[in-house]
Amino acid sequence: MPNRLLERTLSHDLPRSRWLALLLVAIFVALALAPVMLPGSKALGVAAKMLVFILLVASYDLLLGYTGIVSFAHTMFFGIGAYGVAIASTRLGAGWASVGIGVALALAASLVLSLVIGLFSLRVKAIFFAMITLAVAAAFQTLASQLSDFTGGEDGLTFRNPEWLSPAFEAFGFDGRHFSYWLLFVVVTLVFLALLRMVNSPFGRVLQAIRENDFRAEALGYRVVVYRTLSNVVAALVATLAGALLALWLRYTGPDTTLSFEIMLDILLIVVIGGMGTLYGAVIGSVLFVLAQNYLQDLLRLAAGAVEGVPVLAAVLTPDRWLLWLGVLFVLSVYHFPTGIVGRLRAWSSR
Amino acid sequence: MTTPASTAAPAAAPAPVPKARFDWIPLALLGGLMAIGLPAIGSPSTWLALTVAGLAMGLIVFIIASGLTLVFGLMDVLNFGHGVFIALGAYIATTVLAAMSGFTASPLLGMNLVAVFAAMVAAMTLAGAVGWAFERVIVRPVYGLHLKQILITMGGMIVGEEIIKVIWGPLQIALPPPEALRGSVFIGDAAIEKLRLLAVVVGLAVFAAMGWVLARTKVGLLVRAGVQDREMVEALGYRVRRLFVGVFVTGSALAGLGGVLWGLYQQSVTPQIGAQVNVLIFIVIIIGGLGSTLGCFVGALLVGVLANYTGFLAPKVALFSTIGLMVAILLWRPRGLYPVTNR
Repeated sequence: MPNRLLERTLSHDLPRSRWLALLLVAIFVALALAPVMLPGSKALGVAAKMLVFILLVASYDLLLGYTGIVSFAHTMFFGIGAYGVAIASTRLGAGWASVGIGVALALAASLVLSLVIGLFSLRVKAIFFAMITLAVAAAFQTLASQLSDFTGGEDGLTFRNPEWLSPAFEAFGFDGRHFSYWLLFVVVTLVFLALLRMVNSPFGRVLQAIRENDFRAEALGYRVVVYRTLSNVVAALVATLAGALLALWLRYTGPDTTLSFEIMLDILLIVVIGGMGTLYGAVIGSVLFVLAQNYLQDLLRLAAGAVEGVPVLAAVLTPDRWLLWLGVLFVLSVYHFPTGIVGRLRAWSSR
Repeated sequence: MTTPASTAAPAAAPAPVPKARFDWIPLALLGGLMAIGLPAIGSPSTWLALTVAGLAMGLIVFIIASGLTLVFGLMDVLNFGHGVFIALGAYIATTVLAAMSGFTASPLLGMNLVAVFAAMVAAMTLAGAVGWAFERVIVRPVYGLHLKQILITMGGMIVGEEIIKVIWGPLQIALPPPEALRGSVFIGDAAIEKLRLLAVVVGLAVFAAMGWVLARTKVGLLVRAGVQDREMVEALGYRVRRLFVGVFVTGSALAGLGGVLWGLYQQSVTPQIGAQVNVLIFIVIIIGGLGSTLGCFVGALLVGVLANYTGFLAPKVALFSTIGLMVAILLWRPRGLYPVTNR
């Protein structure tokens, strides 16, 4: 019976690999208990960032992995969510009402924007959509830094959270940071399960059919433009939500934390390394990536210390060049294992 | 655009080869934009300075973008890593110009031009060589797979940018222009920066050379034919693949050249320069029509001139003028100014 329940919860999309299942359970438990187990505030911050990225990357995977569309505007929607909460909280004062209004307005803005972009440019080739979104995202980033009265420009906005999410609040031996963390955890888990439900529904199957052969999907009677646009809209809305969560966690929103092109590249790296077309890949990839981002540099520092004096090696192994190694890994994974870590694990256990 | 040749009357003289009428409207658009600019700006000397600045910027963008659009037209490959070659060119310029400080510090224009020319040649050679390797390692395994192409060339850009940081460091490097190229020349009241004139001269030279190669040589004929219909050219026994490698290398070299000019224009270089210019280039080749060289030229000039006019008239709007232009043109001609047939 509990098995049945688990299957229903995961929408019959089981990990299909013992190692993957073990990893996922370990990640779930670790993230759920992070506030209890991890004493330091840096470690909790890393865990929260993992949660936000899981949601952000899972929504991007809906586009890239399931529908086969490349968008470079995903951070734009992420930013809209974060700025929605930040602007509402600074203008209307801290409180649940302003967070609610901010999220609602941000979702509405993302809905309209993604619908317009989708209808405008998803009719043509994937490559065209990629270029248009690149341009729109760049324009949005400049817009956000230009409207500095509203968005705080390059400095961003620092704001206060509703009372029981603020660090000063204490109850049951936990403080507001812990409660915000658990809020993130619950929202991310629920939305992730909803996404899992969606990709395993008939709607999700149509998206995959479009990814495999859009011409044939059209011939079978599915309006490809409509499905692609819907996928784009859903992905944008989830990304907006992820942005709102990030803002609540950081109590700050600025261009560097949400809108920058670097984050877009991070998302791409995570999706491909974790495994395109498997939402579990978003989980594994985000956890590994955020760990690497925060701790690979320490590892590289050790390696650089070992080869100190060797001219080229030392320059390549400095901790600042960690992205180089991830980039190489990215290129190799696109060639050699396009299904990423999750695909590898599954192929391994089905052998 | 073309009309089928009539074959009805056997006795009649052979029908003339159908020829596409040249489409003047986009060029008229450019002229119109400049004409509207004059009364909007008011002072003729300011207008002249802004127009030259716009043309200079447009020509640099054209130099960079032309290779990209040809590569796309010929092999349906869109290289998102094109920006790396721009950054590479600009960084090589900093090294070469610093090494030739004896030439750049001299007040003689000739000595300065020798240094700049050396920087350009070095940048083009190295960017071309790296482009060749890039095509071999990164692009070749993913022909025909759009999704993978976008991802892999993006990955190539990440790696390239990091390697540039390894070599030249992650910080901004100043790229001071040579002594005699600083400052402005005056035409009437209009102050025109000398560097912009240099960019205009180089840009026009590249455009003329490219036009000549494409229109008058056999290689150019094959490239144009390949853009129109690759399979047909292959069926006639030409190796379009090999041609494509040549175009890719040339495009990378031109991006390196554009990087030198762009770096001199900005007077500083950062590793992110490639990603920044990339956006502009994509807008230009969308406006021009993917695969079209002439469209790329007109699109680049339109973008450059418009960006300078709006930068003067309404600085806040300037950043969106290019996006606005793109949307307007796509609403008018959904496949760009000069759509390439078969695409």
